[in-house]
Amino acid sequence: MTLAEKAAAGDRLSLARLLTMIESAVPQGLDALDELYPKSGRAHLIGITGPSGSGKSTLVNRLSLALAGEPSTEKKVAIIAVDPTSPFSGGALLGDRVRMRDLADRPDIFIRSMATRGALGGLARAAGEAALLMDAVGFPYVLIETVGAGQSEVDIARLAHTTLVIEAPGLGDDVQAGKAGILEVADILVVNKCDKTGADAAAHSLAVMLEIGEDLRKEAGDPGTVKWKTPILMTSALNGEGITALADTIRAHHEYLSESGDGEKRSQARALDMLERLIRERLFSAWQDEGEQEHYQQAKMDVIQRKLSPRKAVNKLFSQV
Amino acid sequence: MDKKIRVLIAKPGLDGHDRGAKVIARALRDAGMEVIYTGLRQTPEMIAGAALQEDVDAVGLSILSGAHMTLVPRLLDLMKANGQETTPVFVGGIIPHEDAVQLAALGVKAVYGPGTPTTRVIDDIKKFTNPV
Repeated sequence: MTLAEKAAAGDRLSLARLLTMIESAVPQGLDALDELYPKSGRAHLIGITGPSGSGKSTLVNRLSLALAGEPSTEKKVAIIAVDPTSPFSGGALLGDRVRMRDLADRPDIFIRSMATRGALGGLARAAGEAALLMDAVGFPYVLIETVGAGQSEVDIARLAHTTLVIEAPGLGDDVQAGKAGILEVADILVVNKCDKTGADAAAHSLAVMLEIGEDLRKEAGDPGTVKWKTPILMTSALNGEGITALADTIRAHHEYLSESGDGEKRSQARALDMLERLIRERLFSAWQDEGEQEHYQQAKMDVIQRKLSPRKAVNKLFSQV
Repeated sequence: MDKKIRVLIAKPGLDGHDRGAKVIARALRDAGMEVIYTGLRQTPEMIAGAALQEDVDAVGLSILSGAHMTLVPRLLDLMKANGQETTPVFVGGIIPHEDAVQLAALGVKAVYGPGTPTTRVIDDIKKFTNPV
């Protein structure tokens, strides 16, 4: 059996090995992903994003239990937990498992920590590929937890079917809520830590921001292509409050996606996104291999020494080709 | 593409002193490794499960409770059952010399007492691992 076959049959070590290979772009791992690709496209990909300290990992812990139900030997929930790589050392401290101890003994739940490895946007460089693998080997739910994200780290919305934006009381006023790009990508807004004071106020300012967005769109005569009205849910991941309702809302969103055709659109966009990214990478490496190194080195020097602006340097490089 | 050493730092047993584990986790991160930190009060089952799912290149345990002769052999058995018997395991903490000798015989790569320089741990991990 190949690693891909073993992973699909439920061998967790093979799955873990494949994830490592994919993350490090080892050809054997990438080949396995090619082999499994036709089996992908069945899982519900759920993104969880929000600021540091809003309780994402603790919520993922609770939510996974709610989605998985009773322990069994079936594959139920895969979790990809992303934490940042240090830009100084290249190392990373991946600590999301600390909050997921209830999942540690579950044979039907698989947690993988990933470092961003230089990717911006809140996801690991290979998070898309990792999610594809989890999907292809048969996990019906794939949860992707981003790094603590503030205002513009919205890559997750392109990867996930359902994006949860987690907020918590006391993290910022309503103007913060207004400028945050992550609000716009939310399919479901969650005010976590609702056991703390200020949770109602936080939910209220989010609701106001959603309303303003809605009003402005109507004023502009945009009927809106999206029929889904972003709900605001209150949870306390600490004591389990609101988790069942959240799991139900996630399932409802999935139904909405399949009935409205929105899901198919997103799924196609996701596949094309990956295609485009790989084309960009391939073009860049092909261009690097084509012996333009001398000009490239020169361009780097020109930019460092401020002789040429980066834009001019690129123009010069491509006029030499 | 980059080869990253992935290390699990775990704290089995019931003592709550995790400063040592945190110092090592930070030092390994600063040495460019990806450190999966699991927090306090982990059972050997939890640690073996994490080592498997994370496909780590090494496992570091911090034990100050005195229960190392129970916890470590159990973890080694579980890792073997999972097919990870070749993954190096390191132990730090208060470990009497005769126990350290026994642990080494069981396959533990190194035992570190209080005051061990973090650079020694880093060097050992680099020496014993061969990441993808």
